[in-house]
Order: sequence, then C-alpha cells, then structure tokens
Amino acid sequence: MDFNHTEERRMLADSLRRTLERGADWAALAELGVLGALFTEDEGGFGGAGFDIAVVFEELGRAGCTLPVLEAGLAGGLLADCGKADLVEQVIAGDLRVTLAHGEPGLRYDLGPITTTANGGSVSGRKTVVSAAEDADLLIVSAMADGALALFSVDPKGAGVTLHSTPSLDGGTVSELTLDAAPATALGGTQAQLEARIAMATLAVCADAIGCMDTARDMTLEYLRTRTQFGVPIGKFQALQHRMADVAIEIEMARSAVINLAGAIGSDVAPRDRQVSAAKNLVGRTALLVAEEAIQMHGGIAMTEEYALAPISRRLVAVDHRFGDEDWHLERFIRLSA
Amino acid sequence: MDLNYTAEERAFQQEVRAFMKAKVAPEAAAKIAVGTHLDKADMDLWHRRLNEQGYLAGAWPKAFGGGEWSAVQKHIFEEETAYHNAPRIVPFGVGMLAPVLQAFGSKAQQDYYLPRILSGEDWWCQGYSEPGAGSDLASLKTRAVRDGDHYVVNGQKTWTTLGQFANKIFCLVRTDTTVKQQRGISFLLIDMDTPGIEVRPIILIDGVHEVNEVWFTDVRVPIENLVGEENMGWTYAKYLLTHERTGIAGVGFANAGLDALKRVARTEMHHGRPLIEDPLFAARLARIEIDLMAMATTNLRVVAGADAGAAPGAESSMLKVKGSIIRQQINDLARRAVGPWAVPFVSEDLDSNLYHPGPDYAAKASNTYLNNRKISIYGGSNEVQRGIITKAILGL
Repeated sequence: MDFNHTEERRMLADSLRRTLERGADWAALAELGVLGALFTEDEGGFGGAGFDIAVVFEELGRAGCTLPVLEAGLAGGLLADCGKADLVEQVIAGDLRVTLAHGEPGLRYDLGPITTTANGGSVSGRKTVVSAAEDADLLIVSAMADGALALFSVDPKGAGVTLHSTPSLDGGTVSELTLDAAPATALGGTQAQLEARIAMATLAVCADAIGCMDTARDMTLEYLRTRTQFGVPIGKFQALQHRMADVAIEIEMARSAVINLAGAIGSDVAPRDRQVSAAKNLVGRTALLVAEEAIQMHGGIAMTEEYALAPISRRLVAVDHRFGDEDWHLERFIRLSA
Repeated sequence: MDLNYTAEERAFQQEVRAFMKAKVAPEAAAKIAVGTHLDKADMDLWHRRLNEQGYLAGAWPKAFGGGEWSAVQKHIFEEETAYHNAPRIVPFGVGMLAPVLQAFGSKAQQDYYLPRILSGEDWWCQGYSEPGAGSDLASLKTRAVRDGDHYVVNGQKTWTTLGQFANKIFCLVRTDTTVKQQRGISFLLIDMDTPGIEVRPIILIDGVHEVNEVWFTDVRVPIENLVGEENMGWTYAKYLLTHERTGIAGVGFANAGLDALKRVARTEMHHGRPLIEDPLFAARLARIEIDLMAMATTNLRVVAGADAGAAPGAESSMLKVKGSIIRQQINDLARRAVGPWAVPFVSEDLDSNLYHPGPDYAAKASNTYLNNRKISIYGGSNEVQRGIITKAILGL
C-alpha cells in the first residue's frame, strides 16, 4: 500500500500550482499538459487515470480556477469514446473548446429520459444549465435517435441554436440552450459511455472541492491567528478551536473518499458508481460545512464580495448542485448497496 | 397554562390581518416572496401606510403617540408581516433610535426627531461596528473630541445597513480614552450631510449593496446632538440592543419561508414525482418543521415572560441562536429544492442582465441562502450569544 502520488503526478501538481498562482490562461494550462493529463495515451494524452484527474482538479480547486477544464475532459472524453482523435488532439492542444450539453428541464439530477431528438442531420430540444457554453467552439449534445441516446456535435454559433448565458455560482458561466432543428453531426456514443464520463467528471468536481476546502481552511486559520477581539487572537477561543478541528477532520475524511473514488473509477459499473455516490455524498456534505464554518468563523468580512473567500464559498456551495446532490447520491448509494 | 391568544389578542390579529390584506403593495409582496431586495420607494410607501394606520408607532409608549403594544401584540404584528410578505419596518429610526430618545433623549430631541422618524423625513442608520470592533464592540475607536460647542469626530464605521439612503446616523463614539472601555463611549446624532462624511458601498456575497462603510474626517457635530450624558453611551447602546427582542427569533419569517419552500417542493419534480414526495427531502422538511413548531412556543414563552415583567435578557440569546439556525436551514433546503437551478447566479447590483433561466421561485434561492448567512453573524454573533447564555443563564 502506498498513498503517495507518483513522481510524475507530483511534478504536474507542483507546476500547475505555481502556474495558477501566477494567474494562468487557457493556453498556459494546455502548454503545461493539464488537458493532456485528462486523457489516456490511447486517446492521445498521457494520463486519464483516476489519480491524474484527482491531482489536476485538486489544484484547480485550490486556486479557484474558473477555466472550463472539467468541460474539456468530459466532452473531450466523449469525443475520444466516439473515435474522434482529430478533435481530441485539438482539445488537448487547447485549440478547441468543447462542452457537453445534456441536462434538460425537469430532469433535476437524473441523466434521463431526455427529450431532445435527432432528426436527419439536425437536433431539436432544450438543454439547461450547460457549463461554459458561452465560450465553447463546439457543443456535444445528447439526443434521442431511433430510440437510443446518441451524441452530436453542434456549432454554438450555427443556425437554430440559441444561447442564454448567466454567471454561475462556481465562478464560470452556464447557459440555456435551445436547439431548433440545429444542424448536427452524428458522433455515435452510448448511454454507458456518457455515464462513465460523468462518473469521471464527478470525481473531478470532488477533487476540485478538496483543493477549494483546503484554501477555505487555510484562510480561516490565518484569520483566526490574526484577527484580534477582546485583546487576543480569536483563534485562542476554545469554542472556535474545536470547530476548526472538526473542519480539519472532515476535510481529511473527504480527501479519503476522493482517494477511494479515484482508485475505483476504472472498475466495473456497479462498484464504480457506488464509490461515486459515496464520495459525492460525503464531499457535498463537507463542502457545505466548510463553506458555512469558514464564513461564520470569519464573521462579517466573509460576507463581502471584496474578500477573497466569497468566490471560494460560492464554489463550495455549488459542489452539491452538480452531477447530483447529497440526497440524490445517498439514494443511489442505498440502491447500489442493496 | 393556556396556549391560545386572549380574545383581545385575537381581535388585534384580525385587525392587523385585514390591514395587511388591504394595504400590502402586490409589487413589494412579489419581490419579498422570491427574495428580491426592495428598493427605497417600496420601503417608503410601506412606512407611510403603516404611519397612516398608527402601526408604525405601535410599539411606542402612549406618551409619545404610540400604541404601547404588548410583547404579544408585537409578535402578532411581526407574524402577520411575514405571513403576508409585507416589508419589514426599517428598524433604525422607529425601533432602535426612538426608544433610546424616549428613555434618555432631551425634550428638545424628542420633540424634533420623533415626528420626523414617523413622517419618514429622516432616514436613520446605525454607526456601531468598526473594522476592529465587531464582536468586541466596546473596543470601538471612532473619536469625538470636544471643541467649543462642537464635537469633532474622526474614525470609521462599518456594516452600516441601508446607509446609502440615510440622512442621519446615530453613532457610538469614544469621548474618553483614559477610562475602562465601556465608560468612555458616547451616543451622538450626526447629520449625514455634514462635511467630512463619506459613505462607501460594501457589496455582499450575494452581489447586493445592502451595507456600507461610513468614514468621518474632522466632522463637526453640535454638542446638543449628544444623547443623554457624555460617556454614558454604552448604557444606552445596551438598552437599544435589549429593546428590540421580540422579533429576534424570526419565527414569522421562518413560517413564511417554510410555506414558500413547501410550494416549491410541490412543483419541482424528482424522478418524475413532486419533490415533496421524495422520502429524503420530506424528512429534511419535516425535521425543520418540527423544530420550528417548538421554536414558535419557545419564542412565545419568552415573549409572555417579558409581558409579565420578567427580563427577557439572556433568554433572547437562545432565541437568536436557534432562530437563526432554523431560518438558515430553511434557506439551505430552499436552495437544495431547486436543484441545478441554484447554479445560475444572477445578482442585482453586479449585473445589468437580470435574466435567470429557471422558474421564478428558483431565481434567488442561492442568493437568499448566501445573504442569510449574515443572520448568525450580525447583532451579536451566535458565538457571542452562546457566551451570554453560558455566563448569564448557566453560571459557568
């Protein structure tokens, strides 16, 4: 047993952390190999394993990076599943921004049944809360074709495509997508491939949350050490010390849950999904606890937009709203454990 | 033991209910129902309507033209306010400064300021907290130095709620630095138009301009604007803090929030059925409702005790702690209820584009959740309240 990351992964994490601290753009991430780390060698990358995903997203979360790396891995992964090696190569090079448009009104966190339909060379339907669609070069759209789910590529600026975009709680953007006989290219793809990639994306969200929680904890610790009231640093008050200790314990539990998931992400569907739901349930709970405790222990200053904790708190609150919340995964865990 | 309102209290409830039904502006109620912040015009209109009805001064003593409401009547009024999605009374003049002036102000101050509070001519804000004096309020540093018939004020106040609308501010200032902190504080009334005052907005985590910083540079304040005696400000401040205690549990708001949450949960679909039928969600909802039922009675026990002449002092800290937790749990569940619609994050004062893609009830779920993290922080954080309970009730 060895709980250390490989030398290569440690090096990637270190250089990613330094790059993000300097303020990285999309090209810098691509050049560093961050996008390549999301794909296996067969797919044209040099990573693609659970622990590659875990180290990359932990650093992205630690820095509060809002660039759409998760979307590149999710939609790019589906392109790889469909054998689109040329497009994947462009994704890895940072030259093609892609995102998956799957969720629909009324589905909540369920992956189906979807109602968007493909007809000849076009797709029609409505997709909701699509991440990073505003700046995407290509949308990967799920639709029903001949009674089965299939994937299509759609030009976001093409005919029949309407995007309404808003800022999102995690600092990026989300869009409502209306497809009205929008020209689409059939990619192939299956429900099982979609579910496997979403499992991987859920791992990414969980790992991102770990980095984000580390940052929230460190900021809170720094505040407890330096904020003085009643003549002492407030970190001297036992009431706060014990709560901070609980926060630290829960973050380590979440880190272990993510390790469990990263190790199981390549296994068979049932054990994989059981670990996905275990990790997402636990991380969702912990992310909220850490956000709320970080705000409460800071006090008023953490309520302000100007203070650097604000986007981190919002990002932690957003964790539970992506790829299934605490209860959705609890229910699924129970079902998969029966 | 009788858990029912008296006949008089029921009659009062009917009267308030009829007023709310007739007078709450539908536009304001619609905003409150979904968690959109009110603008000044909404608040001014409600202030006027309450004043016309005599409700604005409902809690004031009869000697000052008030209704001398009992604690139970105040509770009923707050409950009906929340139930009808009516605006809250902007508290700084009516509920905070007025009782201090009535108890400690000069006749001239009472005659001048109290009518202006009711008419809406003056909009007061509160200058208490400072960047270095939050939970430890008594360590405040804003200085007021006597110079002839003026005080010269220098310093900075923060978390000044709705200060952007105010033309007056009541401030705690340090007038003596040589004595124990609490003994060197005075209570000053300051005109916001005085040269040397600068108001800077603070945008909160939900993107809304609700509070401000107020900076004072050589601000000259006439000595007749001192309330009571010099260096007695801490006593008046504590009086002010203990005065507005009946609403501290926020039971009315919690009830209204729970009702709204149930409506959302009947509409949102989960696995093709209403969310309210999902056993996990239903369990969360039920636990909060059970807590709230007990909270309502805990609140009334304290309220009734105050009416009978008992001091509501430390018990109100219990109401603050538990009441804020329950309200935050309701906001948390309301955010969970809207599922992925919680992710689009549109904030009033940060974006010009207020498009939100989901249903109306989802538009502010995340914003309200974030904004109400404040209620366990402001007015004495829950940690400060627990400290009061440990000392004053438990004797530890």
